[in-house]
Amino acid sequence: MSGVASRPTEHPAALALAHRHRLRVWEATPWLIALAVYFAFPTYLAFATEVLITILFAISLDLALGYAGIVTLGHAVFFGVGAYTVGILAKQGLWSEPITGLILAGGAAALIGLASGRVLLRTSGLTLLMLTLCTMALFEEAANMAAELTGGFDGPVNTRLVTCYVISAAIAGIAGGLWAQANAYVNLSTLSLDRAATVLIILVLGGHGRLYGAFVGALAYMTLSHFLSQLYPTAWQLGLGLLLVIIALFARNGICGLGETLLRRINRKAAAS
Amino acid sequence: MIFGIDVASMALGGMAAGMILFIVSVGLSVTMGLMGFVNLAHGAFAMVGGYVIVHAMKSWGLPFVPALATGCLIIAAASIVLERLLYTRLYRAPELDQVLFTIGLVFITIAAVTVLVGPENQPLTLPSWLQGQVDLGFTTYRTYSIALIVVGSALALGLWLGFERTRLGAQIRATVDNRRMAEAVGINIDRLFTLTFAVGSGIAALGGGLGAEFLGLDPQYPLKYLVYFLIVVAVGGLGRIAGVFCAALLIGVLDFVLKKYLPQGGTLFIYALTILLLLWRPQGLFGKAS
Amino acid sequence: MLSNKMIAAVAGLALAAGAAQAQEVKVGVVLPYTGIGAEFAQLADRGMELYLKLNAEAVKPYTIKIIKRDAKNPGGADAKIATQELLTQDKVDALAGWIYSPNAIASAPIVAAGKKLAVIMNAGSLAAFQRGFEINGGKVIDAIPMGGAGAVPDFTPFFQRVKDQKPDVFFVFVPAGDHAAAIVKTYGALGMRAAGIKLIGPGDITQDTKLQAMGEAAVGLITVHHYHADLDNPENKRFVAAWKQQFGADSTPDFMSVGAYDGMAAIVHAIQATKGKMDGAAAVKSLEGWKFNSPRGPIVVDPATRDIIMNEYLSEVVMVNGRLHQKVIGQIDQVKDVCKAEKIGPCAPK
Repeated sequence: MSGVASRPTEHPAALALAHRHRLRVWEATPWLIALAVYFAFPTYLAFATEVLITILFAISLDLALGYAGIVTLGHAVFFGVGAYTVGILAKQGLWSEPITGLILAGGAAALIGLASGRVLLRTSGLTLLMLTLCTMALFEEAANMAAELTGGFDGPVNTRLVTCYVISAAIAGIAGGLWAQANAYVNLSTLSLDRAATVLIILVLGGHGRLYGAFVGALAYMTLSHFLSQLYPTAWQLGLGLLLVIIALFARNGICGLGETLLRRINRKAAAS
Repeated sequence: MIFGIDVASMALGGMAAGMILFIVSVGLSVTMGLMGFVNLAHGAFAMVGGYVIVHAMKSWGLPFVPALATGCLIIAAASIVLERLLYTRLYRAPELDQVLFTIGLVFITIAAVTVLVGPENQPLTLPSWLQGQVDLGFTTYRTYSIALIVVGSALALGLWLGFERTRLGAQIRATVDNRRMAEAVGINIDRLFTLTFAVGSGIAALGGGLGAEFLGLDPQYPLKYLVYFLIVVAVGGLGRIAGVFCAALLIGVLDFVLKKYLPQGGTLFIYALTILLLLWRPQGLFGKAS
Repeated sequence: MLSNKMIAAVAGLALAAGAAQAQEVKVGVVLPYTGIGAEFAQLADRGMELYLKLNAEAVKPYTIKIIKRDAKNPGGADAKIATQELLTQDKVDALAGWIYSPNAIASAPIVAAGKKLAVIMNAGSLAAFQRGFEINGGKVIDAIPMGGAGAVPDFTPFFQRVKDQKPDVFFVFVPAGDHAAAIVKTYGALGMRAAGIKLIGPGDITQDTKLQAMGEAAVGLITVHHYHADLDNPENKRFVAAWKQQFGADSTPDFMSVGAYDGMAAIVHAIQATKGKMDGAAAVKSLEGWKFNSPRGPIVVDPATRDIIMNEYLSEVVMVNGRLHQKVIGQIDQVKDVCKAEKIGPCAPK
């Protein structure tokens, strides 16, 4: 992955930027669906809120993973920092205005992202994966340990990677802040491995490095597990597992990747006939 | 004198814990190093192996050691089927698709075991000759821990010899270091992969049974301990038997010592230590710098 | 003409449906059916199921429809969503379950807003024990927090530390579950009994479902708890026999199952008292001072705290014909929750 990152012209982010995105009519669909859910199914509001927050969180991960090639299993640390920022400020009676609260949450997460990114992003692959995971675990157990540890290590790091990582962290922090506001409480689950792993799976399932991968992935993963777990509370993971296995076996780069392949085939057939 | 006993008991306890980590993780390290395949379902093989071993003892009346062998063989055989049918399709796929696939497998295994056997922990009763304590001359310690150290060391030595001294081992090492070159000199990569995968899964099954005394056996097993298996693999260096062995012992002993003297710290130290080790040597203790 | 008849027919149908609905009471159950709590969820689930089977007469003329929802993890969010949807979509008349405290805490505002009866089926007891121990002249020489499971959840290092300090009594508090058997096995394997250290604790460490797996090492263990499957009372005998018939001879109920059994009994009482209407305030009111002959002995709901008053049993593990049993060697009748009565531990004023 480091090889990819070092050649800017072939970098996925550069490619994505070079290829100008033209808005198409169908791209309004997700937003229409979101609006429709709000009016048509008011009893699903809590679930829909959770889905929307997860989509935002997955988009933030996509910035790091899809566009900068940073494979991380510790992204929940930013979600958690954001959530705790909002939670602690509100609890201490320091700050309860929601919009600025979210900005503060994003700022706090970005700071953590800057500090940890400068150290961790020198590595890649499994090492990076484990480093991000362990950093998050440290945060989960003692929030101040990480700052002490990372202070002593400095080295040449690709600034663009760090920038991507910091922006991604800020958005994850905002997602966490939203979560805290929506639920009116914060607990350790906000920065758990469970959350970090789930969002990674969601993004890969939907397709990373794509505008709508996070959206599709979160919707597919969460809707399926929500309704399957109502039908069969003890063994709903079977259906979820099957979905993951089938997508991994038959699609490259998630559901969006599968959709693109199919579209291309249809277009080719149409062109041939 | 008291201090000496203390040191001995800590070393033994930590080594026993490390041996379990080694036995379960070694297969993961080799498959990741050799095939570049991120098999997050590795723990599922260990768990199902443990279930087979418990079942063999309870329902078929096998003694502990033959039951271990049975579990090991059944899982190795089953893993060949899985490898040929499914895994092989993803060898050339991006790592993230492999993650998706193997996590899906873990979910399926968890649900299947919950439905077929139930959500409860499976008790594994050790034979009486492995229970209680044994006098080692310089100290008295838990018999089973000593047995684990003996078995784990023997297994590590056997694997290391197999790796360093046999033709198959040489082929594996060559492939880990340079896959294209290995293919070019006529190594049958497909067969090598299948064989290594089966051996790794079989040993994991053995670890599932041997470790049940400490790790337990329940449907959550593959997810609960995944992080520790990954830490051992990352710290040891991909595809390095000696690396996995040293990393597992290091983590096991340090975890033991820290838990005893600083119980308030919980698992904090393991994570901090892993970060320090990986920042110091990003390729792992024994890994080759790329 | 035709349309009039059709309207009449439709109205008739609606009436019939209305009457049938009055007979059916929906109970929403939120438990961690998957994940690390799945074993408890199953035990609780079976306890409720068995109550309804054994007490079919008590439920009549109503029928109870149980709607199960997976709380998934202790994160709170999923439990909260499940609780909310049970109230708003399924329109349940009563709620039961939880287990993880973060889930109960996260769901509490919704339960309160829903104005329905909610039955929480379990509670912990560490602070209460320490308090009782110290009041009676004991001294805690070392409290060792064991934290979450480490790399290998091996209790040997903790126990080694205890053994080095040579206490008379070693009190262990762990959440019931997988670790119970490991605790007792480690105690046995380190030869701590031979070193004169007695192992005691709340009944979590001799949870019935784990007891047989502990083997010889468990003999002599002394615990205090409100239930174990060997209690000698007619209600429990009936309960355990029915359990073994339903779920297999090797299976056994435990305190979790009894909590769920009693919880279901409370819900049924409230249904009868409110004539199936299950208005939240009336249902709660009907349970204040409610008395019930539970498998754990007679219980009363304290009208002041709405908490349960029950017997606590001091028991010793003995070996009978190769199977481990818990023999009651002492009993304290009608104990109120010390935590709430004395305002200590989690109940301390903040």
